[in-house]
Amino acid sequence: MTGTTETTGTTRVGAPGGVGESPLRPDGILKVTGEFAYGSDLWMDDMLWGVTLRSPHPSARILKVDITEALRTAGVFAVLTHDDVPGQKHFGLEHQDQPVLAVDVVRYQGEPVALVAADHPETARQAAKKIVVDYEVLEPVVDARKALLPDAPQLHPHGNLVRHVRIRTGDPHPSAEVVVSGDYEVGMQDQAFLGPESGLAVPDGTGGVDLYVATQWLHVDQRQVCAALGLGPDRVRLRLAGVGGAFGGREDLSMHVHGCLLALHTGKPVKMVYNREESFFGHVHRHPASMHYEYGADRDGRLVYARATIHLDGGAYASSTPAVVGNAGTMGLGPYEIPNIHVDCYGAYTNNPPCGAMRGFGSVQTAFAVEAIMDKLAEAVGLDPVEIRVRNGFHEGSTAPTGQVIDSAAPVAELVQRLRAMPLPPDDGGELDLRRLPGGVANTTHGEGVRRGVGYAVAYKNVAFSEGFDDYSTARVRLAVVGHEPVVTVHTAAAEVGQGLVTVEQQICRTELEVERVVVAPKDTQVGSAGSSSASRQTYVTGGAVRAACQSVRRTVLARAAQRLGVDAATLRLAGDAVVDDLGAVAVTLADLLGTDEVEDTVEWRHRPTYPIDPETGQGNAHVQYAFAAHRAVVDVDVELGLVKVVELACTQDVGKAVNPSAVVGQIQGGSTQGMGLALMEEIQIVAGRITNPSFTDYLIPTILDTPPMPIEVLEYADPHAPYGLRGVGEAPTISSGPAVAAAIRAATGLDLRRVPIRPEDVTGTR
Amino acid sequence: MRVTITVNGEQRVADDVWAGESLLYVLRERLGLPGSKNACEQGECGSCTVYLDGVTCCACLVAAGQADGRSVDTVEGLSHHAGEGELHPVQQAFVETGAVQCGFCTPGLLVATHDLLARDPDPDDSEIREALAGNLCRCTGYEKIIEAVHLAARRMR
Repeated sequence: MTGTTETTGTTRVGAPGGVGESPLRPDGILKVTGEFAYGSDLWMDDMLWGVTLRSPHPSARILKVDITEALRTAGVFAVLTHDDVPGQKHFGLEHQDQPVLAVDVVRYQGEPVALVAADHPETARQAAKKIVVDYEVLEPVVDARKALLPDAPQLHPHGNLVRHVRIRTGDPHPSAEVVVSGDYEVGMQDQAFLGPESGLAVPDGTGGVDLYVATQWLHVDQRQVCAALGLGPDRVRLRLAGVGGAFGGREDLSMHVHGCLLALHTGKPVKMVYNREESFFGHVHRHPASMHYEYGADRDGRLVYARATIHLDGGAYASSTPAVVGNAGTMGLGPYEIPNIHVDCYGAYTNNPPCGAMRGFGSVQTAFAVEAIMDKLAEAVGLDPVEIRVRNGFHEGSTAPTGQVIDSAAPVAELVQRLRAMPLPPDDGGELDLRRLPGGVANTTHGEGVRRGVGYAVAYKNVAFSEGFDDYSTARVRLAVVGHEPVVTVHTAAAEVGQGLVTVEQQICRTELEVERVVVAPKDTQVGSAGSSSASRQTYVTGGAVRAACQSVRRTVLARAAQRLGVDAATLRLAGDAVVDDLGAVAVTLADLLGTDEVEDTVEWRHRPTYPIDPETGQGNAHVQYAFAAHRAVVDVDVELGLVKVVELACTQDVGKAVNPSAVVGQIQGGSTQGMGLALMEEIQIVAGRITNPSFTDYLIPTILDTPPMPIEVLEYADPHAPYGLRGVGEAPTISSGPAVAAAIRAATGLDLRRVPIRPEDVTGTR
Repeated sequence: MRVTITVNGEQRVADDVWAGESLLYVLRERLGLPGSKNACEQGECGSCTVYLDGVTCCACLVAAGQADGRSVDTVEGLSHHAGEGELHPVQQAFVETGAVQCGFCTPGLLVATHDLLARDPDPDDSEIREALAGNLCRCTGYEKIIEAVHLAARRMR
């Protein structure tokens, strides 16, 4: 039940490589031989290259676009503008407010204005430079709070407010013996997936198109591409190209419609691949946040009330801002029992880059504020950081700020207590190794001015889509006998983005159908929607669908065997290549039973429903499931230079059931590293609406030298409502790791650091 | 221009190469070797790490013309000396330890690890971190990559 990162000694159900084991991923060999085809690797004879002309201004009116010279360029096959969009000219995940190509205004730097297709990417780039766009440059709105003031320029017809979530519970005017407060800020983080946006659009010769694209949700893309092209879903078929990471950054469209427009216009396959700079402009980012928090408690440190005002900068278009505001609003007070609550969470339009989904989705930002406030409270009442969390943390039966009662494990106290019990890394008192010191091999210190600090943080995250969304997945499972060997084929549209869902699909089939050989069919829109590879939901929801489809196939096979044998189906079960009776003796082989027949079923599967929240009070059973994680960070800080070395980042997480223990640990380590990156170094820097660091030279993500050892304890408290008792894994560790690092730096320096990323000058006070 | 390169031991010719093309572009788009990846195209991420005359470099930073007449080894060539259908121990270790998630950084890391273990058959954690500091990975947090390097080193000794 607890404490291990590998599953041992459990009784195996089903074929080898089933649920609870860590079989090798089916795409692993292709990925290490270089043969795995990512979106950017696709290639066809006679293929053209598409490029996008983007606005250099964060806010401007378009007076005129002249494509004459671009079209004259040798090797150019098409130059397109909004006039060439045959269907709806706007798209979007929740609000269709974003132009496929800018019409009369541009609202952010990098907004697509025109497209070029040519026979060489450089030819296309040069031709794009010859497109003449006359802009009337406007003053950009760059501050989310100011955007909501009455006199701010209105960026959209319905104003600048995307969503306002209110939570109101208990006494509206509470008082408490101990009150702590603070203002906190979180910078704009980028997903920085390594495989840039890419895809290949192939016209089918009859007015339709096949799009091979790296994405997180094929069907939501298909819906938007169809609308823009004015074509039905039978004419626009999507297939998943290899995805080089996602982390939320591929929830919105990038090259999808553009590639299809160029392909349909030229009658040729068109490939589009963003380079790293364009990628920074080509997807949404994590919302920057400014937050005011005030918590009241009694002298024993028990929370009495919480007040919070949260502003999220949504940038130029809505993207998934409404849902991010929903999360930050409903979950923004942390996993703590608080009787009296007053929260206002706003998402605003500005002329900054659009913000939307990123791993942690609204909970990452608020966790920095909550966990800092909890440490302040601990200090004010004389408790240590672990004890304040033990005293106030959720447990099963706790009531969340939405009024939702948490009806499965919520082991906040155990998570932090287990962290405290883990051994601390030793002080580096021995041999001098620059690689272990702040500044590293830059040789900036030999230990002088270096202070060690330890910090704790805890987080929770809603798993799957919330607030009444019809959140389902579809799975098609087929059992057949091929060359005397039973083979299962599993077909879903669920995007494999690196997390290992393809392995999980195989594991579930092996466990449910007792068949070792499982083929994962290519991911495409020839099967129903699987929903998004987001919100830590695919193992839960698509896993649930695959399990249900397997169960249906099993029933059919056993019923057929029962009929053939004249026995009760309840006395039979599947075992490898045969149906066996209740003594385990072969009743009939699958080869005999099925011959050349296939047994196939397609199942649409839903988790239990969620409900909208009340617009005035925020009350409602909005969420399906919660995932809990906690971190302890140990840092060394060179207080003279402001350089930080994270020495160790320990994590405890309850995953309900580790469906694939190795992949679970991989998710925790990767998620923890991204959270640490936001605390220390990752920020898209914006000046007057313009990104000043759109490259991996200037936008820093953690290297292997920046990343510490990460000891992990995985807890498995089954959620009785979820398949196999599992909890979504991917996001929770991204939420608590950064606040733990920030807390450790505060502990090392004694500074009240209120903004992340924490820059050297914040530590040295020289800003 | 025409560029002639010995790639993974085999002489290859690319015609009509534009002078601005990188070695990475020629490998990926003209020679049918997309294993080396294009994640940043400015030498920061290491995803395009290849051997040029036996020395590792970022293929995105080498002009195609600079590689003319020289020898290049890529991820696709790593298993050439393994048995039929077998992987190089470094490749095998990455798959087994879970060091591969999205896999976009993997080809570069494999070449960099191959190079590290050729120089140092038994690196400790700090030496691994230093040797691989030029290869960004966004998925794994690097822990399983370090595990993979140790496993490959053990098997190659």
